[in-house]
Amino acid sequence: MTTTSTTTSRRTATRGSQGPAAASADWLDQRTGIAVAVKGLARKIFPDHWSFMLGEVALYSFITLLISGVFLTMFFVPSTNEVTYNGPWTALQGTRMSEAYASTLRLSFEVRGGLLMRQIHHWAALIFMAAIVTHMMRIFFTGAFRKPREINWVIGFTLLVLGMAAGFSGYSLPDDVLSGNGLRIAQGITLAVPIIGTYASYALFGGEFPGTALIPRLFTVHVLLIPGLLLALVGLHLAFVFLHKHTQFPGSGRTNTNVVGYPLFPVYVAKAGGFFFVVFGVIALLGATMQINPVWNYGSYDPSPVSAGAQPDWYMLFLEGALRLMPGQTEVVLGSFTVPLNIIVPAMILPGILLGALALYPFVEAYASGDHREHHLLDRPRNATFRTSFGVSLLTAFFVLVLAGSNDLIATQFHLSINDITWTFRVLLFVAPAIAFLVTKRICLGLQRRDRELVLHGHETGRIVRFASGEYIEVHAPLDEDERWLRVQQEPVRPLQIAPAEDSRGVRRKGYAADRRRQRLSQLFYEDRVEPVTPRELAAAHEHGAHPVLEPAEEAAQISAGVH
Amino acid sequence: MSTIDRYSGGSDELSAPEELPDRFQNPGLPPHRPRRGDLDPRADKTSERIVLALFGLSTLGTIGFLVAYFALPTGTDAGGIQRSTMTLGLALAFALLGIGTAAIQWAKSIMNDHERVEERHLMESSPAVREGAIANLEAGAADSGLSRRGLLKSAMIGSLALFPLTIVVPLIGNIGGNWNVSTFKHTMWKKGLRLTTDPSGRPIRAADVTIGSVVHVIPDGLDKAANPMDEKAKAIVLLIRLDPRDLHEADDRKGWSYNGIVAYSKVCTHVGCPVALYEQQTHHLLCPCHQSTFDVANGAKVVFGPAKRPLPQLPITVDSEGYLVAQSDFHEPIGPSFWERLR
Repeated sequence: MTTTSTTTSRRTATRGSQGPAAASADWLDQRTGIAVAVKGLARKIFPDHWSFMLGEVALYSFITLLISGVFLTMFFVPSTNEVTYNGPWTALQGTRMSEAYASTLRLSFEVRGGLLMRQIHHWAALIFMAAIVTHMMRIFFTGAFRKPREINWVIGFTLLVLGMAAGFSGYSLPDDVLSGNGLRIAQGITLAVPIIGTYASYALFGGEFPGTALIPRLFTVHVLLIPGLLLALVGLHLAFVFLHKHTQFPGSGRTNTNVVGYPLFPVYVAKAGGFFFVVFGVIALLGATMQINPVWNYGSYDPSPVSAGAQPDWYMLFLEGALRLMPGQTEVVLGSFTVPLNIIVPAMILPGILLGALALYPFVEAYASGDHREHHLLDRPRNATFRTSFGVSLLTAFFVLVLAGSNDLIATQFHLSINDITWTFRVLLFVAPAIAFLVTKRICLGLQRRDRELVLHGHETGRIVRFASGEYIEVHAPLDEDERWLRVQQEPVRPLQIAPAEDSRGVRRKGYAADRRRQRLSQLFYEDRVEPVTPRELAAAHEHGAHPVLEPAEEAAQISAGVH
Repeated sequence: MSTIDRYSGGSDELSAPEELPDRFQNPGLPPHRPRRGDLDPRADKTSERIVLALFGLSTLGTIGFLVAYFALPTGTDAGGIQRSTMTLGLALAFALLGIGTAAIQWAKSIMNDHERVEERHLMESSPAVREGAIANLEAGAADSGLSRRGLLKSAMIGSLALFPLTIVVPLIGNIGGNWNVSTFKHTMWKKGLRLTTDPSGRPIRAADVTIGSVVHVIPDGLDKAANPMDEKAKAIVLLIRLDPRDLHEADDRKGWSYNGIVAYSKVCTHVGCPVALYEQQTHHLLCPCHQSTFDVANGAKVVFGPAKRPLPQLPITVDSEGYLVAQSDFHEPIGPSFWERLR
């Protein structure tokens, strides 16, 4: 409709007959040709599912961060120059403090609505990271990262890392005791880098710790560099969503070559636009009612004091936990050089492994499956046994580290020995992910078998029938078409088949060893599986009549033995 | 791996009807289910009224925010600030949630909810387009003469690779201040410098330190140093007096304490937090950041946690007036480990 009216107006150019909206559309199109984009995008179809909103939460909390952040920059002074405080907060009157801290106090106590904005900004940051992580979980567990979306996965991963950097650089700005000790830890970690550690620390802090350069530098990083990168990558991330068209969950009428849902205009403009206000509104509610980071209680940064029970924001907690768990004995001296593995391992190698595994997973899975096709239909997590188990085990490791980052609070709240807790977590870091993997795998396989059973035998009805022969059976109601399709639609993925080691003349094939390694990986991913019911199996099950449920293998054995 | 896990159909021997396909067929989109408002005009009207009411609520929220802004001063105490923040925030939340829920209610209950289907296409370009792209690149490359003029190519790559030095060199030259990283190995403690309390800067008389007490110490004249914060970050010390019977000193450190008073660097040898929690009974110092635990009675050796090295000890004595003074600087670099700390 849009194009027709635009082209007509362009040809006739009878201004008098146009409304103001049409006139400005005409004006814009003559200069930009925007009608092409409007025509293509206005009625673009997006599928509906609650879990697709997790990414939206991330986007909208990011916008909330930008709005509240601009407000804060108007009043915050990124400087460590010393001033004497004489504002309204009596507890600190007359004390010396940095301008950064003093301006944060002014922002909290003297700017009307300033504290609200500060709290909104901090809550939005926490929610931004939480939304990124849960969004990423949705993408991971449903296999939405598969071809053609691997690049967007990597962009999303980069956004996660940038989000952490944004958070850390942001909460360090007020120059209070809590954040200052966080920076001190960051400096300690920087020093641990082999060979260049001391130079890296000098580069960051412009000299010794704490120096005077860091707060202004962090400010530039926090308000310019990182938001700039975030904005650019968020734009690219969304552009890819439009280009690829959104993935959809399997269901009747939904295929790998279509997308079923509602048009962008008006349904998603209203739903997504409205959802922005809901997210902003909920963050405003948090900012209004829940105090966060009351820096006026901590005091201006001074290298000497420290508060017990101090913790970073939640998304940095896993790093903190890793630092706490690593036994100190691992610091070694090579020749005359010190290699503090007690810091390098938990602060660099371990997060490197966890984040690296996350970033590279799509490529490893594609290698293991040997699948080069595009995937637009999501997996039900149960049907991707290895992926789901691996993801849960990665999350478990992350969760153990988060808890370890709170070991002092656990000790004081539950009156336990901090040493026992630390040892427990040291063991759990290795044991819990393994257990989580095995348990998740069993649950996935169990759910898949339950799907098979449902398809083959239908729902239990609770109605017991007695035959003339005296046999009792429970009547099962067959699944309707839609219910069944959901449980049989997945394509089974089987381990890769490779050519034999020797050719027909018995000559050993080159590259067999590499192929065999790949096959082993593939077997690790896909050996254990439950395949969906085929129409023939269903027909066979129906031939039996509605008899009590048998395990498939048992049933197959019975069938081949001719038992009826 | 149980047999069931590797279950692979298992019904090959079954004589099933031949016409059955290998896989089930997608049954296609289920029929649209009308909402109440689609059938009942009154329900439709109610939905519209709800949307209207929600927009109205938002407007009330905005007005409420403005009223609160002008009417409520932030005050000078925590209570006043909390009141102002709470009122403004709740009004703002109403203003935002009103719009949000109104739009969503509109979309869900009033807008056309017939699902539509859009076809997807393969991401990759058609072979013709790809060939065209390659042909264009080749034509461009031929026009540029890039392949024939090897020297030009090298010169271009060379100059492009070199020019960032104009930005990187001054950046690296300046970003680390004076780059004198040897400062990590020294503090402002020196022979005869008095130990003073943090933050008041009062000198400490040895006789005033009672057994079991802990004093947070900074060097005398810290506030007159060139960079007091930087010096303080390295020079902070914990002074603890133990019963001399509890104190086990290494032979080479016998003269470093005074009457059971020992002084240790307060900077954790793990990642540098101030080690501030002292347990009088066990003589243990606990770092509140990562729970490294040091035994003050035993040369501040690590008894638990992620730190490896003991806290460096500051050799102390008293001057002629009975005030505690340092004998020298620390004998090793304080704080977290770094590559060249033993060089």
